Amino acid sequence: MSAGSDNILFEYLLRLGDNCLILSQRLSEWCGHGPVLEEDIALTNVALDLLGQARLWLSYAGEVEGRGRGEDDLAFLRDAREFRNVLLVEQSNADYAFTTARQFYFDAWHSLALSELMRSADVRVAEIAEKAAKEVTYHLQRSSEWVIRLGDGTEESRHRMQTAVDALWSYTGELFEMDEMDRSARERGLGPDWSALRERWMQYVARTFAEATLEIPQGTWMQRGGRHGVHSERLGYILAEMQFLQRAYPGAKW
Amino acid sequence: MSAEFQERIEAGIKIEPKDEMPEGYRNTLIRQISQHAHSEIVGQLPEGNWITRAPTLKRKAILLAKVQDEAGHGLYLYAAVETLGVTREQTIQDLLSGKAKYSSIFNYPTLTWADIGAIGWLVDGAAIINQIPICRCSYGPYARAMVRICKEETFHQRQGFEIMLTLARGTPEQKAMAQDALNRWWWPSLMMHGPPDADSKHSAQSMAWKIKLFSNDELRQKFVDQIAPQADFLGLKIPDPDLKWNPERGHYDFGPIDWNEFYSVIQGNGPCNRERLQARIDAHRQGAWVRDAAAAYAAKQRAKARVA
Repeated sequence: MSAGSDNILFEYLLRLGDNCLILSQRLSEWCGHGPVLEEDIALTNVALDLLGQARLWLSYAGEVEGRGRGEDDLAFLRDAREFRNVLLVEQSNADYAFTTARQFYFDAWHSLALSELMRSADVRVAEIAEKAAKEVTYHLQRSSEWVIRLGDGTEESRHRMQTAVDALWSYTGELFEMDEMDRSARERGLGPDWSALRERWMQYVARTFAEATLEIPQGTWMQRGGRHGVHSERLGYILAEMQFLQRAYPGAKW
Repeated sequence: MSAEFQERIEAGIKIEPKDEMPEGYRNTLIRQISQHAHSEIVGQLPEGNWITRAPTLKRKAILLAKVQDEAGHGLYLYAAVETLGVTREQTIQDLLSGKAKYSSIFNYPTLTWADIGAIGWLVDGAAIINQIPICRCSYGPYARAMVRICKEETFHQRQGFEIMLTLARGTPEQKAMAQDALNRWWWPSLMMHGPPDADSKHSAQSMAWKIKLFSNDELRQKFVDQIAPQADFLGLKIPDPDLKWNPERGHYDFGPIDWNEFYSVIQGNGPCNRERLQARIDAHRQGAWVRDAAAAYAAKQRAKARVA
């Protein structure tokens, strides 16, 4: 950090931007391999929206840091320990049920998070959140519909969907975690008390699962660490792939 | 019907889905439009290969949007085939079974980032030259689909050229990467206009029906004439010692094309034929339970609506 730069805001923006960047990267792995053409197109839409949001958050983070780093420096030249995304978004695509469950858990949080961030005391944060919220409303509608469709579809699809929502459940707790930095940010009016969003998130998930004929997972142990840079082994591979050209040809312009 | 039909064609009246048409005309269109649709879908694969490795976030967004456009082109071309009485499912089955063909260019691998530039510049460039005349072809739905596709392809070609320009003006390694991509994609791109006129088995009838408006060799010449000065501008060398401007003809002359390679790739011997088709088969097979679930859910909803 340069003198006078705002470390709390910088870290706060990285957390928001890295969630979008890594989830977008995961979704883009589907491009050309979707279960049906319309879904190929829709998933790519979501990936594009999230990539656009990542660029807005990371560009702003670079400005706030004040060391001349732009969106690409932050995306391509940080190592895994410096990434601040939640563990949920780096989980593998596995099958379409896992991809759908991951997206649904994230969208349901993201939608609530952005509606709070739209009221941020920081004008740029509020503006980015407002733009993103419009897109995420559609993401949530789409992923909710797929949870219901796959849950209440065939025996096989219900089984796969239940397996996926169970397996990913332990990665949802991190979304509502409040640490020292979140508390400072909240005091400054940057963003909300994340833990206070959990109840509304849970109500939405429960309502959707009821319609989808899915059981609400019962596990209480929650994985954590991503927001502090302690990730799953998967993130290293995501970055190795994503950062390849920038690492192999240092300083080149593309 | 044949003489009357031909009169309509000559008069420039578009043929629409419900109009009577000779079986040969219908079958030619089904073959050609479905090949085109499959080319869009299989064409997602070589470029999709670099989405997760695009060098900047902006390039990643542009490439994602481009590959998504191709899926969209596939979608409305499959819809155009449906207007001729063949379902999308059947058309896709013909691809997966190996019965239907797609453009052979997509059986070549994308080895470096420069290949993404070369595909936009050369492959989309060759495709545009083939497709612009189709905007005026005799079958209404195909002509209309092609108007929209050509607009998007023109945009893609500019983006590809811009990637090449950035590399050509970049570091020595980047320039070498661009030259290597041009070396590998040049000849396969020339083959995209199809076999020489003398050997083209479908051409004469298609031209009479105004499904095809220019011959393969005419289209190829247009492509070479367009690309040669652009390569000069980039400071890259087209890998053809015979390529040179012929002031008498007002065109570039170019060397002989290795048609044995073309026919060999069509027969399945290209470097990626097997894996491209396998990728489509895998996506289709792994997506089966998702499509089944969506259909089962829709049926349940319809049943509920009837009871209510």
